[in-house]
Amino acid sequence: MKLLKPYRVLDLTGPLGFLTGRILADLGADVIKIEPPGGDPSRRLPPLAGPESLYWLAYNANKRSVTLDISGDEGRGLFLKLLATSDFVIESFQPGTLETLGLSYDALSKEQPALILVSITPFGEQGPYRDFQASDLEIMAASGAMSLAGERGGEPMRITVPQAPMWAGAEAAMGALTALAYRGVTGRGQHVDVSAQAAVISALAHAPAFWDLNRVNPERDGIYVTGRNVNGAKMRAFWQCRDGWINFIIYGGAAGRHTNQQLVGWMDEKAMAPEWLKQIDWSTFDVTTTTQGFVDEIEAPIAEFFSTLTKQQFLDGVLHRQMLGYPVSTVEDISNDRQLAARYFWQDVPCPGLDSTLKYPGGFAIINGERLRIRRPAPRVGEHNHEVFVEELGLSAFEIEDSQLVSA
Amino acid sequence: MKDALDQVKVVEFGGYAAGPCIGKYLANFGAKVVHVESAQHPDGFRLQYPPFKDGEVGVNRSGCFAFFNDSKYGVTLNLKHPQGVKLARRLVEWADVVIENMRPGAIERLGLGYEKLREHNSDLIMLSTSNMGQTGPHAAHPGFGSQLSSLAGFTHLTGEPGGPPHLLYGPYIDFIAVAYGGIAVLAALDHRRRTGEGAFIDLSQYEAGLQFISSALLNYSAGDVIANRAGNRDTAAAPHGCYPCQDAQWCAISCWDDEEWLRFCRAAEKQEWIMDARFDTLAGRKNNERELNEMIADWTRDQHAASLMRHLQSCGVHAAAVNTMRDLFSDPQISWRKIWQVREHSELGRHHYRVVSYQLSETPGSIQQSAPCLGQDNEQVFLEWLGLPRTEYQELQEQGVFS
Repeated sequence: MKLLKPYRVLDLTGPLGFLTGRILADLGADVIKIEPPGGDPSRRLPPLAGPESLYWLAYNANKRSVTLDISGDEGRGLFLKLLATSDFVIESFQPGTLETLGLSYDALSKEQPALILVSITPFGEQGPYRDFQASDLEIMAASGAMSLAGERGGEPMRITVPQAPMWAGAEAAMGALTALAYRGVTGRGQHVDVSAQAAVISALAHAPAFWDLNRVNPERDGIYVTGRNVNGAKMRAFWQCRDGWINFIIYGGAAGRHTNQQLVGWMDEKAMAPEWLKQIDWSTFDVTTTTQGFVDEIEAPIAEFFSTLTKQQFLDGVLHRQMLGYPVSTVEDISNDRQLAARYFWQDVPCPGLDSTLKYPGGFAIINGERLRIRRPAPRVGEHNHEVFVEELGLSAFEIEDSQLVSA
Repeated sequence: MKDALDQVKVVEFGGYAAGPCIGKYLANFGAKVVHVESAQHPDGFRLQYPPFKDGEVGVNRSGCFAFFNDSKYGVTLNLKHPQGVKLARRLVEWADVVIENMRPGAIERLGLGYEKLREHNSDLIMLSTSNMGQTGPHAAHPGFGSQLSSLAGFTHLTGEPGGPPHLLYGPYIDFIAVAYGGIAVLAALDHRRRTGEGAFIDLSQYEAGLQFISSALLNYSAGDVIANRAGNRDTAAAPHGCYPCQDAQWCAISCWDDEEWLRFCRAAEKQEWIMDARFDTLAGRKNNERELNEMIADWTRDQHAASLMRHLQSCGVHAAAVNTMRDLFSDPQISWRKIWQVREHSELGRHHYRVVSYQLSETPGSIQQSAPCLGQDNEQVFLEWLGLPRTEYQELQEQGVFS
């Protein structure tokens, strides 16, 4: 289902913006990654497998690659030729870089008024922090996300696999397509300015509303869920099991009632439910008004029960009993998940640089019964120079092969 | 055309975050979005989760609901009543897009499944977003995004090695699916404009979330490497962490090469750090990372986090104060981007709403209006937009169709 089939995207991004082009390419757009001669330096970003950056491979699949030095007049000329056939340009340079290259939004839109330029930066194109340096760590810090993860009073935590580029890249794609809707009606392009800091705020759920409405500042508290109880009682979220951890929380409401009843029944089958636990009437249990003492009392036998289970046994149990809760999966658990296999999520994609295939997470949705596919592996440096410059733009092969501008 | 999505009409069935937040983003850019609830079953965010204004529970007092439903029109329809379903179908005929996030199968049981709806609306775009997708053996399993974030690996990847996994506060993964859901809807709208064809989008929040850890999944495929939580450490940078500052504040600092380390030492006016050969190279700093971090923490401890950030940035060093929720409301960059916009709400008073991360130069998004009270826009939507005669509306009202 190639929803974006007619469109061409020039992708000038570094690692902060790879995902945007990947998403548009998954939806069928022709995304051309433009690398400097010699190749994109982020082809060496960890994690690595042999010579290959798995980060690069993951987020540049479905794209084509050309090499082009856009910093000189000749290269810029070639870029503008490509631009004339394109609908989107995506970039993640430091603010002001495109201006220096003579490729500002104003300049580009004069050439191509329907152009949608998407700029992805840590803090946005303008404003007091626009020139600040920020990697994933600083963006996660500035967004507020880290203040909500970690031990109470301890060091704020980021997610070990960088997430800021993901949030920025995905929301940039949504911004790009919002601009496309406007272009569909008016024929006019525009400049989409994406702040990674602002994008990660999406991940915080409604936490800012506590401050806004009631001047309560939500805090991290390790493995505990807070903010759900008038007495300040906190509920445990992570429990050690035989081969890892389980995420289970004592909830109230209808869903909590069913889950708690099922859990006690399950424990009873294994003779691990104390008599007093079996006597609790979960239909009157109110998680918002209960006390810490009662929560601790309930949690003790549950902890003992969970310590006898494996992650898979817990998952099988919650699926069978329609309970809330999931194991804390590793990439290995995820790779073996039955649901993902049943939906044909994974896709084996040849990886020429590794002489093997990689099992890719597939496209992000099933549209009209058809899963979005990886149609081509991440490209080699300049793999499509001839195809794009000669076959499609009509330059002579001599011009291209002789030019330092596009040497791979 | 004032807004980018002026001509887009959306109807939402469902509640909480994963469905409604998509509609909110579309509404901020001008789409007309109708959020359908019922008095018996209001959106779960209205009553089940704090914060409530002044801690007092009430259907129109939820900060949580307001946060994901501004700029929309709120209607109530009793979908257990045949006339309610009929009106829901009329709403769908009016709309371009239906977004629903009920448990798979539930919308079909209400008589509002895609196959049924497209009989009258052949070019309908419908997004069904759910925990694990519409098909497969686990499709019907009820789940919350905060726990699905564990099944999808995120909590395993958060915390110190050797310690427990950590929560990511809320349903982290839901908002990943929100972005992908919005993307799919917008792409389908463009496709429809060109071809006249609708689309049914089956979005699994689990699968959408996994896109954000693709590189770790490929690493398992390539060499059985299992990614584990590593605190704040990064293989390619040292220092790389958060350092304590005064008033329980923290500042994130990272140095990505030896030059940046030297710039950092100079910014700290610490000649002795420069002289210490253990810290000359990345490898050396990684090998002595604990001492390095303690040394830096001793220096940052009495400093003001935001001032430290500005100082280090002016010296060419990666740094950012760790914002808390309170700090987000005074962060100068966030203020500059007008991420928070104040609107008057009849029960919440004047309070802040959030605008998404992307801004458009010609058609900037904004908070169009405060979140609707329960059933607030019934008359406007059913009388004005659907053209229901007032007598019929009143009859249906008496039958409890809008309850």
